[in-house]
Amino acid sequence: MSEAQEFKYIGQRTIRPDGYDKVTGRAQYGADLSLPGMIWGRTLRSPHAHAKIVSIDTSKAEAHPDVFAVVTFKDFGSVEGESINAGEGAADVLDLARNCLADDKVLYHGHAIAAVAARTERAADDALDLIDVKYEVLSPVMDVEDAMKEGAPVLHEDMFTQGYEETPSTPSNIATRLEMKMGDIEAGFAEADVIVEREFRTPTAHQGYIEPHACTARYDEDGQSMVWCCTQGHFDVRTSTAKLLGLDLSKLKVVASEIGGGFGGKTVVYQEPVALALSRKAGRPVKMVMNRDEVFIATGPTSAAKLKAKVGAKKDGTITAMQGWMAYEAGAFKGSPMMPGVMTMFTPYDCGNVQVEGFDVVVNKSKVAAYRAPGAPQAEFAAEMVVNEVAEKIGMDPIELRLKNAAKEGTQTIYGPKLKTVGLIECLEAARDSDHYKSALADGCGRGIAAGFWFNIGGQSSVSINMNTDGTGTILEGSPDIGGSRASMQMMAAEVLQIEPSNLKPIVADTDSLPYSQGTGGSRVTFATGMAVIEAAEDVVKQIKERAAAIWNVTAEQVDYADGVAINTAGEEKMSLAEVCQAAEKTGGQISGTGNINARGAGPSFAVHLCDTKVDQETGKVDVVRYTAIQDAGKAIHPSYVEGQFQGGAVQGIGWALNEEYIFNDDGVMENPGFLDYRIPLASDLPMIETIIVEVPNSFHPYGVRGVGESGIIPPLAAVGWSVGDAIDRKVEELPCSPPRVLSLIQNG
Amino acid sequence: MAKSHVSTSINGEPVEYLCDPGDTLLDVLRNELQLTGTKEGCGSGDCGACSVTLNGRLVCSCLVLGVEAEGAEVGTIEGVGANDKLHVIQEKFLEHAALQCGVCTPGLIVSTKALLEENPNPTEEEARYYLAGNLCRCTGYDKIIRAVMDAAETMREGA
Amino acid sequence: MALVVFSSELQLFTGEECTHVEAARFKEIVAELVDKYESLTEEKLMEMAVAIDGEIIHTPFLEVVGEDSELHFLHRISGG
Repeated sequence: MSEAQEFKYIGQRTIRPDGYDKVTGRAQYGADLSLPGMIWGRTLRSPHAHAKIVSIDTSKAEAHPDVFAVVTFKDFGSVEGESINAGEGAADVLDLARNCLADDKVLYHGHAIAAVAARTERAADDALDLIDVKYEVLSPVMDVEDAMKEGAPVLHEDMFTQGYEETPSTPSNIATRLEMKMGDIEAGFAEADVIVEREFRTPTAHQGYIEPHACTARYDEDGQSMVWCCTQGHFDVRTSTAKLLGLDLSKLKVVASEIGGGFGGKTVVYQEPVALALSRKAGRPVKMVMNRDEVFIATGPTSAAKLKAKVGAKKDGTITAMQGWMAYEAGAFKGSPMMPGVMTMFTPYDCGNVQVEGFDVVVNKSKVAAYRAPGAPQAEFAAEMVVNEVAEKIGMDPIELRLKNAAKEGTQTIYGPKLKTVGLIECLEAARDSDHYKSALADGCGRGIAAGFWFNIGGQSSVSINMNTDGTGTILEGSPDIGGSRASMQMMAAEVLQIEPSNLKPIVADTDSLPYSQGTGGSRVTFATGMAVIEAAEDVVKQIKERAAAIWNVTAEQVDYADGVAINTAGEEKMSLAEVCQAAEKTGGQISGTGNINARGAGPSFAVHLCDTKVDQETGKVDVVRYTAIQDAGKAIHPSYVEGQFQGGAVQGIGWALNEEYIFNDDGVMENPGFLDYRIPLASDLPMIETIIVEVPNSFHPYGVRGVGESGIIPPLAAVGWSVGDAIDRKVEELPCSPPRVLSLIQNG
Repeated sequence: MAKSHVSTSINGEPVEYLCDPGDTLLDVLRNELQLTGTKEGCGSGDCGACSVTLNGRLVCSCLVLGVEAEGAEVGTIEGVGANDKLHVIQEKFLEHAALQCGVCTPGLIVSTKALLEENPNPTEEEARYYLAGNLCRCTGYDKIIRAVMDAAETMREGA
Repeated sequence: MALVVFSSELQLFTGEECTHVEAARFKEIVAELVDKYESLTEEKLMEMAVAIDGEIIHTPFLEVVGEDSELHFLHRISGG
């Protein structure tokens, strides 16, 4: 589809169907399920960032009168190092198991070692103190520079760098090296009149969802089991948990509770296999809920990174060459999002000479998890800062420079295909014409602009629509609703069936009730699960036509369907959807549509953000005074929740740019594992976040949808970073722009 | 350790419970009384997800002991609306799409109710500062503040 | 004959930027490429996504491409 379509329901701002439960407190989240006979699980965590485990003695804990079970790595049985699809792409099972409970080594402060299930949470905590672990403490490696040095302590003796023509024969902390290039980078720089090159750093930052990880697990006598948990992908929780515990998939039901934020961080398992192992041993249901400090030290975060960007341009603004280098922290196990970093870094630009090299590096921090457009914010931060400096050097408006070089349909990407229709130019034009950009900057303020690119994904989604005898229906989907997507599913089904959205009840079904569905991530749900909903609804319409045709003794082709009514084109008869559903008993049984798909053709979403900041010259404190987020939605199904994604992404990016960072002491122990010291943005820190929804339809989606969840977190890092630099007449090279760092820039340049 | 007996009032109804002296009011609400609308985000008073009122004063229930509710009046999210009708604040949160994941929403609604009882006509800045103790990671606060300002206006008109 | 364009990473195996393939079915295209380039393995190609005329397909097992199609192998993307 490419032309603008007319819609009956899509594009309205309906009340979300799950909203009433959420404003009244009825909605049940990860920690809200209690079962009869339930006991509590708690986790013993490593006080060291890097150590060998010499021995673990759990006998005293097991003897505690309130303790029912203690588990360690050994309780996972035999896990081998095979690759499974466990959330955010392929994961190594052995790494996953070793992250849930350490095997012979602890690799970060907070690494889980053992878990106890006891009558009360307090008793479980007391029993943890009775577990005796002997360590041989090793030197921690806390950043990519130290980790990549020759002679650095090695985390994994069996890790040999992949990605060189010849794999090295000695182990190192570099898991993977990746290089992508096109054109002639040297020739490109030779053509340039201006070249800017800088080095940047971004901190370890956490997804910061307000709901800690939580689950309740129950293992029954007959081997049937159930896990209730807050997750972005309950089918992937089932895969991982079943693998670690050696269960058949049919014997493990995973129920996705309501989820209190995830942003990528709830795509992997931490406690779920442990809780089920405890339940199996204890013969009781087990609940596990992380404390906030556990969330910080042992889940997420995203990669800290060191990056270099070099961009060359002619005086007229034509960019001639773009070169990047990046090293991303993976945390304790390989698998940082360096690869998408390499792929996205310069994608907003139509430049033929590009070269990017990336390194995936293990360090003694918790294993990184996906975080909203994983890998892209760091890489594009470096790129956008340098592009802004190029514009400054040649005296060109930064939006004009971007418009001159903007990626568009047909632009060759570094990662493979040429782009199809995309909306970057439309976003840039909307930024240029916005009230914000046309307004003069207040005294003492700085202004920054940046673009962002994210691919978005499709993937497997399974949907059933079951029609009731009164013409209402239930939509069963397998994608946990993290930001209002049930409203979108309801509207898309309503659009196909041409009935009021409120007549359709969307439900996130458990793993027993639907075929496999990939998790909520990659901005895929409204796009891919939406396509599955449309397909299921079209299946219902097809059956409605067939049933009406049978009643009228005509062929299905002779039946039209419009405005919720089947019409006999060979006669005069009409039947409403409700009437056909009511007659289903007489025409072959109840009506149910399915859409089990592997969605293809995800459309990238470009974003452009504008940021004005004011800097207190005496303290270095930065205030965001005006902010505008512009992004291509393809088609906004529910505009309020599309704006919500733009605003939420922007503010997470603002937090990353201004305040958020992990602080470690010399022993690799995190010193700020709480919301007081790891400071995410508060209501009082922010202005309204203005939004402009651009709609350049994705030709591969029936309604033109692009995912919108992730791109919005990319531009803030450079929009804020450049704005702060502009306000203090300095060049920012390191995030976050926290008061001490900004003050030091003001004072020392 | 012996449990303490507590007589209190929750959302206007008399309630009695037994709790450990070390249990927080949040533990009691969630685990003893199954009032799970009040959420735990941090356990240290930093996030506001567990906001309730204690004798009309807005508090983090994770920082109050269960025994401190003796003889007090506790207000939770479960008591904000009437039996069959949402409170104006709840309606405005829905209308303005002021929630995404919704886990901070009960705390924000309890806090907003406390704000508007103290100050029926807050400026945007006053609202932002009053609600600064309620963290939301999904929305960027924009739609929350719009919902709060609209609720304030509607409540003033209805008063 | 469809055109297969190789990323810089795959060029390490193929030694050239692109090639034409006879086959139309994806599985046969992969077999043809593995035959032609000694160091390129089926496993390597099958773990990648493919873009056919710009449409990114995560698991392109049964695809049939047109005479004038352009194919790019690329890394599978996940997300947050």
